Amino acid sequence: MEDTQNVRFKGAVGNDDEIQVVAFQLGREEYAVEILNVQEINRLLDITRVPRAEHHIEGVVNLRGNIIPVINLHSKFNLQASGNEDDKRIIVFQFDDVKAGIIVDEVSEVLRLHTSDIEDTERVYGSITAEHIRGVAKVEGRLLILLDLHKLLDL
Amino acid sequence: MKMDMSQYLDVFLEESKEHIGSLNQKLLDLEKNPNDIPALNEIFRAAHTLKGMSSTMGFDDLADLTHHMENVLSDLKEGLLLVNSGVIDVIFKCFDRIQMMIDKIETEGSGEVDNRDLIVLLENVKSGNYEAAAMLEERSAEVKPAVPAQEAGQSYQEAFEFNEYDLTVIKEAESRNLNVYYIKIHIDEQCMMKAVRAFMAFKAVEEDGEVIKSIPSAQDLDEGRFENEFEMLVISGTDADELNSKLGSITEVNVVEINKIDAESIGAAKPQTNAAPVAVDEVKSSQVEADDTKKTTHKVKQTVRVDIERLDNLMNLVGELVMHKGRLEQIGASRKITELNETMEQIDRITTDLQSVVMKVRMVPIEQVFNRFPRMVRDLAKELDKEVDFLIEGKETELDRTVIDEIGDPLVHLLRNALDHGMESPDERMKSGKPAKGTIVLRARHEGNNVYIEVEDDGAGINTQRISEKAVEKGLISEKEAEAMTRDEAIELLFRSGFSTAKTVTDVSGRGVGLDVVKNKIESLNGEIFVDSRHGQGTRFRIKLPLTLAIIQALMVSVRGEIYAVPLSSVDETTMIRSSDIKMVQNQEVIMLRGNVLPLYRLGQLLFVPGEDNDEEMYVVVVRKAERQIGLVVQTLIGQQEIVIKSLGKLMAGIPGLAGAIVAGDGYVRLILDIATLF
Repeated sequence: MEDTQNVRFKGAVGNDDEIQVVAFQLGREEYAVEILNVQEINRLLDITRVPRAEHHIEGVVNLRGNIIPVINLHSKFNLQASGNEDDKRIIVFQFDDVKAGIIVDEVSEVLRLHTSDIEDTERVYGSITAEHIRGVAKVEGRLLILLDLHKLLDL
Repeated sequence: MKMDMSQYLDVFLEESKEHIGSLNQKLLDLEKNPNDIPALNEIFRAAHTLKGMSSTMGFDDLADLTHHMENVLSDLKEGLLLVNSGVIDVIFKCFDRIQMMIDKIETEGSGEVDNRDLIVLLENVKSGNYEAAAMLEERSAEVKPAVPAQEAGQSYQEAFEFNEYDLTVIKEAESRNLNVYYIKIHIDEQCMMKAVRAFMAFKAVEEDGEVIKSIPSAQDLDEGRFENEFEMLVISGTDADELNSKLGSITEVNVVEINKIDAESIGAAKPQTNAAPVAVDEVKSSQVEADDTKKTTHKVKQTVRVDIERLDNLMNLVGELVMHKGRLEQIGASRKITELNETMEQIDRITTDLQSVVMKVRMVPIEQVFNRFPRMVRDLAKELDKEVDFLIEGKETELDRTVIDEIGDPLVHLLRNALDHGMESPDERMKSGKPAKGTIVLRARHEGNNVYIEVEDDGAGINTQRISEKAVEKGLISEKEAEAMTRDEAIELLFRSGFSTAKTVTDVSGRGVGLDVVKNKIESLNGEIFVDSRHGQGTRFRIKLPLTLAIIQALMVSVRGEIYAVPLSSVDETTMIRSSDIKMVQNQEVIMLRGNVLPLYRLGQLLFVPGEDNDEEMYVVVVRKAERQIGLVVQTLIGQQEIVIKSLGKLMAGIPGLAGAIVAGDGYVRLILDIATLF
């Protein structure tokens, strides 16, 4: 009973196989996270270094009185930072009850992706970073790497 | 369809706990003074509320138990049952069961418990009352044919508890030439609807009169909660015969007794009672009763329940406000806008007030914790056959919610110790010339930014001799050490882990049940514990606690351009040194501080701060880590500040050396050092 309702509901919206993502630049690669997890996108805030934390934690920021850790994916994925300092942003996302930010070189756009366009990672990647990735999507000739926030936060 | 009550569950649990707390407290009062009518009224009211709440929530077992308890309480209130320790014990048992059920509801979501044992107990207590009542009736029935008013008055006297209000009503009736009757009515055993018959009897009387009192109460009669007889006190313009025939004409209703009484006979039989007005006009019972209880209850403060998370949010926002105010001030100063600066001063004052109000909102009176102790002490004293007066002082002292939640267990330990090991048996006390009844005082008070909680007894005091013997026996210290030990050092042994367990200590007249646990707990709350003890005169444990765990005093220091907060509680002193003062001992930097060697650690190195310390002058913050002093080298001291601790969150939990973070006045996040794990 519930199942059929669910199906009908999804059918009514008509994009069961479509997800919305926020796409952004990290070095020369383009990444994306599902928009439902994104709380806000901020300019670079003043980051306080946290000594003795894991190396890919850039530090903490004050987001309206809340203290939020910021993850540096460049160092985690071993990428070179690129682009303008002015274009850099912190994408703040929430996953379960954990809030965190990631530093990105530039936020490109919000996109709709067909799930059928997302390819499994094992077929694409063989590296260590692959475990933090849900898949790779092809959009108009671009390649978007879809981050798996669950794995990313399970640090 | 069953309504979804889950959203009310929290409120229910919270309120029930509060009611249980007040029930225990009031019942103790009542036990001490059986004539304490206001206490009884309050117990009744709390039990009644509890019943209502639990049946609304669908916890039938709980509702059922409270219902039976309420019946007994109602009899107590009506004076049908005497307050004695037997009854009180049964009711205490009920409270315990209720407590257990509520705990069960909280943990398992259902409160299904078989309460038949207690209900039988309650019924027995109640029927004991009915037997007594029956005997009373018999007596008055025997003398009935020619009842002199005086005697009759006597029997009602025992059945009804007349208070001043009743007397006034009766006198008033007499002055208006109305008659006051005592009527006892029997309803046929076969009757199916007792409540209806009772109602009809009331109605008949009220055609030309008023029922001032009835046993059982009008409410119970309405609900059919009575055996086959009930009694009432009636003011009426008609005479006895007419009333008799009126009542007699109702089917299944028989008038057993009808007597005219007067105020004098009652007044004479029972001179002035000190009873506070109990529910009087039972006909208008519910309303009058409500008014009445209001009069006798302590003034209840109006409160709102708020999720603590919301308060934290509010606190964050106020913090933000203060921060932005700082920025505005800067603008005002740099642009030299006088009007702005003046306004800023006002805003400054308001935000400071706002901040302190928000802090205060998180404070709760320690009463919440203290209230459960009188009961515990009473039970324990009974168990141990000791006599004790338990006094509580300063229960209105306020503490942060977080501290309140943690302090209960250590206090239980200390109180148990005081009773079990501190207090002597009544015989021993008499022998040493003390009153048989001992005293234990639980005291709380503010002092500066701290709260002191004391547990004091006038028992035997700590026998240090026995402690050191025991410690030697346990191999904690050598005999030589034991001999050289001062009194204070010996007492200090109590807090050593492994000094004692409950079993081994009962045969030592010292103390020590889990005192190491107590000490650890207090220290985890940033508190300290002290002991004073005089042999033969008693012992006092003093706990010093910070007002709140969320706000601490910190020393802000900077090192190589980064700023950190050092909790002031772990700072002993600060001093300025020159690089030439630093000596090397076994590859460890040290300085001489007043003749003592102080090992130095450079904060910059400990925290991997980029850069070098190359200043000629630097500061040393002397911190304490487990009785050892260590010097922390920093670049400059910024100053002392009151800070609000925030957690670093799940992602960065447990980083050694960091206790949390703060949002500083300039909007930057600063980290708080945890000295215990820094090195």
